[in-house]
Parts: sequence; structure tokens; C-alpha cells
Amino acid sequence: MNAPLIRVVELAKDYVMGSNVVPALRGVTLDIAAGEFVAVMGPSGSGKSTFMNLLGCLDHPSGGSYSLGGQEVSALSGDELAAVRNRKLGFVFQHFNLLARTSALDNVALPLLYGNVPAAERLQRAARRLTQIGLAERMDHHPAQLSGGQQQRVAIARALVNDPQLVLADEPTGALDSRTSVEIMALLQQLNREGITIVLVTHEHDIADFAHRIISFRDGKVVEDRTNAAKDAAMDAASRP
Amino acid sequence: MNFAATLRIALLALRINKLRSALTMLGIIIGVAAVIIMIAVGNGAQARVEDQIRSLGSNIIMVLSGSTTSGGARGGSGSQATISEDDAYALNREIDEIQAAAPTLRGTGQVVVGNANWSTVFYGTSPEYLEVREWTVSEGRGFEQAEINGAGKVALLGQTVAKNLFGDASPIDQVVRVRKVPLTVIGLLDRKGQNMMGQDQDDIILMPISTARKRVLGSTQQAKSRSVGSIMVKVKEGADMTAAEARMRELLRQRHRLQAGQDDDFFVRNLSEILQAQEASSKVMSLLLAAVASVSLLVGGIGIMNIMLVSVTERTREIGLRMAVGARSKDILTQFLVEAVTLSLIGGAIGILLGVGGATVIAEFAGWRTELSGGSIVLAAGFAGAIGIFFGYYPAKKASRLLPIEALRYE
Repeated sequence: MNAPLIRVVELAKDYVMGSNVVPALRGVTLDIAAGEFVAVMGPSGSGKSTFMNLLGCLDHPSGGSYSLGGQEVSALSGDELAAVRNRKLGFVFQHFNLLARTSALDNVALPLLYGNVPAAERLQRAARRLTQIGLAERMDHHPAQLSGGQQQRVAIARALVNDPQLVLADEPTGALDSRTSVEIMALLQQLNREGITIVLVTHEHDIADFAHRIISFRDGKVVEDRTNAAKDAAMDAASRP
Repeated sequence: MNFAATLRIALLALRINKLRSALTMLGIIIGVAAVIIMIAVGNGAQARVEDQIRSLGSNIIMVLSGSTTSGGARGGSGSQATISEDDAYALNREIDEIQAAAPTLRGTGQVVVGNANWSTVFYGTSPEYLEVREWTVSEGRGFEQAEINGAGKVALLGQTVAKNLFGDASPIDQVVRVRKVPLTVIGLLDRKGQNMMGQDQDDIILMPISTARKRVLGSTQQAKSRSVGSIMVKVKEGADMTAAEARMRELLRQRHRLQAGQDDDFFVRNLSEILQAQEASSKVMSLLLAAVASVSLLVGGIGIMNIMLVSVTERTREIGLRMAVGARSKDILTQFLVEAVTLSLIGGAIGILLGVGGATVIAEFAGWRTELSGGSIVLAAGFAGAIGIFFGYYPAKKASRLLPIEALRYE
């Protein structure tokens, strides 16, 4: 049997606030296989964001182990984590986090800049991803010249440009209206069908419903982990008035 | 990530905030320009004093005749003829530190050539005079000893006198009449320019001292046939001026048979010393100007730090994003440092242009002498770069220390 893409064992994270130690994650153990589309749910304070940050190698766990694609990453240094993020991970944020006054093309190429990819190849790969997500005509546009949905698509193209093993989407529809949200989810579903592993954090059941697997957090623990007969976002979008 | 990419990112970030970048640079621009202009003005003032020293001749000491007292009223220096030609020769002969001493008799009078005439100053002196003043004859020749001994009817003309009497024609071998005494011009003096008082030093005629005494000045000076108005002394290069002055004073007192308690019957003036004091003060002045200008450069640097700190705070989320997509803290540090240094170097370059232009404009319109030196330009540019690194480091370090999750979450 193939090793899962993600294996976390007894993963824990405590935050120290003054003299208090606040546990945010209390021993989470789970596997995520390559090609899965997972939604992580839970109320605020449930630990889902902390879990996400740890999966994204943006933070160090206080305990437990985390192996990503067969590599143990829980004990890596800051610079080593930066390299892991650069090569293996793609991020989609709620507020897009695009560089202002920078063209869509340059925004998408940004991760490759830090990956020491030669300039010509950078732009070529970025252009390919923008074309893939349907923004070929807007490559020279700055974020301010794009709609929210278009900005999020640029951000998704950026998450994909380094051919990551895992795409982490933190409330990707949180800043979008419901129609655009469904379009973005349709795009993510399509990417998943093309073989990209996606972990999505959301607190909206509507959004989580587009995933194949839903993991619910409460008080720093997994309280539910179930498969989901995923709703087809493309169909959903088409059926809306 | 390579340096070219970092530079590109930094330039892009600066371009995004054009106005802010320009305003930040303004501090450095003004600072660098001020340093360059101030150093140029200071150097110019110093060079002017140095030129004056050069035109006077270096290491010059003047000995002037003493004053008379009649009825309780004391005359000025030179009102009594107490020093003589022989004092000059004795100084020359007996004091080792002295390179040359020239006695001078001064007079004024009308000089006539054909239908041209000019009123000027003439000096009767010895051949040493030219050596003391470090003056050369540009055309013709200087005096010969026989002409000194025999009151030869010869003269050397200054450029201004020659110009006024002969125009552009050569005055050599022409006869000029000074106070009606015909003298043959044997040489034309080099141009000397103005002295420190602004007097034209080329408006002069030199003649043998004996000629001046016996033929031109006539009866008024005959009573004391060897007396002179002043003696100009040049002390040897490297010799102690103060010691030389003391020995001169001692020798003259001896020769004038002055008792221990008696006042000197002559005056000794160290002219170079006055100029050197002026030079020293102009040096201090230019140092002070440069120091004040550097303060503005420093303030410019603080401006850069200020803006970079604001920029780091404002771009916290950008920094978080860059970290999320793989920037190491070193990359962030380099990026912000390069931004700061780029700001200060571009500002420095503009400042240099402005400084060079400003110094030229000041020279042109204010009539001040300015001297641009390559050293001051390199210094200002280096200083600007150093300020960029120094004041850029703290904000850059602050940016690189941000934690990715906190930076991303920053509102």
C-alpha cells in the first residue's frame, strides 16, 4: 500500500499567552491520500486554522509528527520549511493576498522567483497556469483591475504554478459572493479531478459540501471524519438563475 | 534566489510607490548635494588663500623702519628712517635661516613714454627682491650687480605698467621716464595678480636701489644716504620662522646699538603667518560647513529608516505572502536592504549631479571660487551608500523576523 500524502500522528500545538498555556490542537491523528479533496470544518477556536497552518508548514507543532510526501517536516528549521512551502505546497487565502500594482502574470510567477527558476521559464509556466484557469486575456492586469473572483483565480494559478503536491485553501470563498463562490469551488473541483490534492478550510456547510471528505474539529480535536457524496459545483452553478 | 532577482523586486517595490520613494530620496539628495557644495566652497576659499600666499611668496618677513616721536606725538612706522641697506646685507650674510633679504625704497611718480603716461609705484631694490617675492622675468632679464653698484639707468616693468604705456608692444629696450629720469626697460615681470588686499601687484616698476636713491628720489633721501623704507626677507624653506624672526630682531638691535631696556626702532611683520592663520581659519570653516552638511545627510538617512519602517509595517501581509510561497528570512532581509540602499544610492547619484551643478552655479553667479574634488564626490557617494545600509538594516531585520502566520494574519 502506498504511503499517504499526509500523515499526522498525535499532532499538537500549544500557544503560550503570558503564563497560560492554551492548547489549540490536542493530538490529531489522520492520513490524507494523494488526490483527495478534503474540507476541514469547525467553529472558530476549534483548532482548524491551527491545523491548517501546521499542514502548510507555516508554524512549528508543539508535539507529534507530520510527514508530507514521505518527508518528516515537524522538526525542520524556518528556512527548510520555506523550501518545503516553495516546492511542495500551494496556498489560496481568503483575501487573495496578491501583490498590488503587480501584473497577474508576475503575481503568479512569484513562487518560482523564490525557487530560482530562470526568468523565461518562470513567465512561461505562469502564463500556462493563467491560461488553464481561464485568465489568458488578463495577464497584464493588476489586481485592482480584476473582480474578486478573477483575483481569487489568479491566486489559485499562483498556488499551482510550482506544481505542488498539496493545495491548501483557507476560506477561499470567504470574501466572495455566493455565485462567485460556487465558480471558485467548481474550479477547485476541476483541479481535483485533474489529480491535485486539496485541503480546504471553511465554516460554511454549503462550501464543505463540494468536498469528498469532511473533517470536523472541535476544541482542538477531530470530532467527525466522514466521506461525502460531493455536490457538483459546475452543475450547481448552471442550475442557479 | 539570486541578486538580480532581488534587485528587480526592490526596484519594482520602489516604482510602485514613486512619490514616497522620491520624497525619501530627497533627504539624501539634499544631504549629498550640500556636502559636495560645502566642500567645494570650502576648498575654493582655501585655494584662494593659498594663492595669496603663493603670490606674496612663502615664508616672508618684512622689516619696517621705526617711528619718530616729536613733541609727544608718535609718527607711524617708517616715519623715521632707521633701517639701512646695510642691515639687509647683514641679515643676508649673518643669519643662516635667511635665504634672501632685499632692501626696498618705495616711491610714486609719473612715468612717461612718448605721449603715453601712467602714475605708478616704483621700488628701488636689489636683485634679491625677485627671489624673495618668487617673481620671475617673463621677457628680457633681471638686474646685474654692476647696475646696482653703479646706479644703472635700467628698470623692470610690471604687466599693468607695460600694458598702459606700450599696449601690446614689447617694452624691452625702450626708454621710460620716471619722474623725468630716463630708464631703459631691461625686463618685463611675470603677471602676479592681486594681493590679499585686492591691490594690483603688477602696477609696479623695479629699479636698482642706488638708481632710485640717487637719480629718481633725489634730495629728500640724500640726508641718510643708506636708509631704506623696508627690508623684505625670505626665510629658507623648512626653517623655523619664529626663531629666524628672533635672530633678526637681535641682530638689528645689535647693529642699531640699542640698550637692553630700549624699544626696537624697527618693526618686524611676519606676513606669511597672517595668511597662514587665515588659511587655518578657512580650513576650520570648510570643515564646519562639511560637518553641517553631513548632518543633513544623516537626517536624510533617518528619513530612509522612517519610511522603510512604515513600509515594513504597511507591507506585513506582502511579507507574509512572500514567506508563504517560499521566501526565506534572508531573502526578505536582502530585499528590504536592497530597497534602502537603492533609495540612498539613487538619491546619492542625483545629489552628486545637483551638487556639481550647484557648485558651478555658485561659482558663476555668486562669484565665489569653488573647487570640486573627486574625493568629496566619492566620499559623499560612499557615505550615502553606507547610510542606506546602516539605516536600512534595522527595518529589513524587522521584516525578516516576522513569522509567516502572523504576517499573513496582519490587518
